[in-house]
Amino acid sequence: MTSFVRHRSGRSARLASALLCAALLVIAGDALGEDAAGTFAQPQAELSARGEYLARAGDCIACHTAPAGKLFAGGRAMPTPFGTLYTSNITPDDETGIGTWTADQFHNMMHIGRFPDGGLLYPAMPFGSYTKVTRADSDAIFAYLKSIPPVNQANRPHDLNFPYNNRALILGWRTLFFTEGEFNPDPKQSDEWNRGAYLVQGLGHCAMCHTAINALGGSSESQAFEGGLIPMQDWYAPSLTSNKEAGLGDWSIKDITDLLKTGISARGAVYGPMAEVVYNSLQYLSDDDISAMAVYLKSLGQGSLPQPSASDIPIVESSLLVSLGKATYDAHCASCHGADGRGQPPHYPPLAGNQSIQMESAVNPIRMVLNGGFPPGTAANPMPYGMPPFAQSLSDDEVAAVVTYIRTAWGNHGSPVSPAQANKLRSAPLY
Amino acid sequence: MRRWFCIGLFALACIALKAEATEAAGQPSATMEERLQACAACHGAKGEGIDNPYFPRLAGKPAGYLYNQLLAFKNDRRHYPPMTYLLEYLPETYLQSMADYFAAQRPPFPAPAIPDVSKDMLEHGEHLVLQGDPEREIPACVKCHGPTLTGMEPAIPSLLGLRPIYISGQLGAWRYGTRTAKEPDCMQIVAGHLTEDDVKALAAYLSSQPAPADLSPAPKGSYKTPLACGSEPQ
Repeated sequence: MTSFVRHRSGRSARLASALLCAALLVIAGDALGEDAAGTFAQPQAELSARGEYLARAGDCIACHTAPAGKLFAGGRAMPTPFGTLYTSNITPDDETGIGTWTADQFHNMMHIGRFPDGGLLYPAMPFGSYTKVTRADSDAIFAYLKSIPPVNQANRPHDLNFPYNNRALILGWRTLFFTEGEFNPDPKQSDEWNRGAYLVQGLGHCAMCHTAINALGGSSESQAFEGGLIPMQDWYAPSLTSNKEAGLGDWSIKDITDLLKTGISARGAVYGPMAEVVYNSLQYLSDDDISAMAVYLKSLGQGSLPQPSASDIPIVESSLLVSLGKATYDAHCASCHGADGRGQPPHYPPLAGNQSIQMESAVNPIRMVLNGGFPPGTAANPMPYGMPPFAQSLSDDEVAAVVTYIRTAWGNHGSPVSPAQANKLRSAPLY
Repeated sequence: MRRWFCIGLFALACIALKAEATEAAGQPSATMEERLQACAACHGAKGEGIDNPYFPRLAGKPAGYLYNQLLAFKNDRRHYPPMTYLLEYLPETYLQSMADYFAAQRPPFPAPAIPDVSKDMLEHGEHLVLQGDPEREIPACVKCHGPTLTGMEPAIPSLLGLRPIYISGQLGAWRYGTRTAKEPDCMQIVAGHLTEDDVKALAAYLSSQPAPADLSPAPKGSYKTPLACGSEPQ
């Protein structure tokens, strides 16, 4: 019953003992000298081990480590609609990293989105989510970051377009979209649910993709987790609240935990940007934490959005698409996904009844046909089966036809897609 | 007795039904060929290549070379977004298994390309491959890629079975610095000495060579190479 409370009180107890140690250290300082430092080292090591786990939960590595770059030395380019941001060095280097920061300053950055000098962080850093992280967890992450090897690598200046290069504008953005405040457990829900909510809303920063981003780069809390197109990536992050999208209301807990921890499940596999999240973050989380997230996510999938809007493709054209689509499907897809669309789960996902194919946005199924892809390689699925790309072998007509077919066959309720939609996504960024 | 018989029959029927249900769901075979269908779309199921001349043959290239390339694509050090996209979230142990799989394949060679260059140019290509041009600091290809051009374990690739457009594309990429390897980057040094005509001649000559009797790369240390390369463990 009390896993969340236990987590919190456990952390408080550890913090209290650390404080006690620190106090003893001050009192006995001169007399004990280095011995005292030695006894202090153990809780510190525990704290940073916990911080390492939490940094995984926050997926810090995805942005703060460049491809083949040094751990947490930053420098990764982050294309945004407003220009390119370069991530910061968060190693404990005094000159170029966070070596001179204090735990208070680190917590301020996480909680209110301000640098030690009071400067404002760009909201590409998800402090809108991290503000929910407890002080104890923030301190643990800080202890971990202080324990990794420092890297002397200066931050690269951002390359933002006018007027977004003016940091003062962030003040306006914050007024509209930022609410400061630590996670508040809901006493009506179980501890497990609250733990899951804490991870999903806080460190997991799921809202960064799964809540629609508006023209100002903000997301509205009233639309939390209702899905949206990820800017610059051309992948659609499905709604976590609608069972017609990625809402998990009618999924079993096992299927959800399989999906999050291994990248594959009986209902579908992760792909696109979500493959990154499983690869770098979720696969490392404990079974308890993954279950808690599953319980919370499943509870979100209660609401539903209106039926997908009717297609604007004329009926004659869409019936032609379906007949070409069936021929294309039988020739290229049926050997793995089955003529009946049932797939061979978990390695070859079922297409019949698969929510991610039928969503109003057809971006993801079109991109899967064009680009294919592997689910992430995880400890539980280290050699995933890959889906071939078809961009080089199918025409726009064939891509549109086969996507139309899988969106409408076997009782699926998706709408037809046009060759123009397929063509447009040929130039979507792959990397 | 008859009752037990009926129960037995019922149990058997249940088992049979269950087996059928399992079979209907089906599971893909656990082979690398099955897992790597994403590679087969452009490189062929056994790495033999496909009709599209831009996609290279992988079969029989040394595993160390293939692994280096997979890792370079994964980390975006070798720039080709469709490959980075496929490999970005795969563990290095899997990349090694992929490299081992394609290195072990021996599918037949494609028919040699019919050269579309002048006889002089073809001879120039042959000269560069077999003799090099010491005055311009161009070592002969065979000095590193082997007397039969099938490469050497662990990381020097074969130059055969490739189409001219792929060869000239890669040599061009080395020349302009868009394809790089670990320092010392010998191919970048060598390609830096090549002219456009050299590239054309090399691509025409190499792609027109018939399959050697043995497609396998030479064992490690079979001959001494003139350059120390970062991609080749010393």
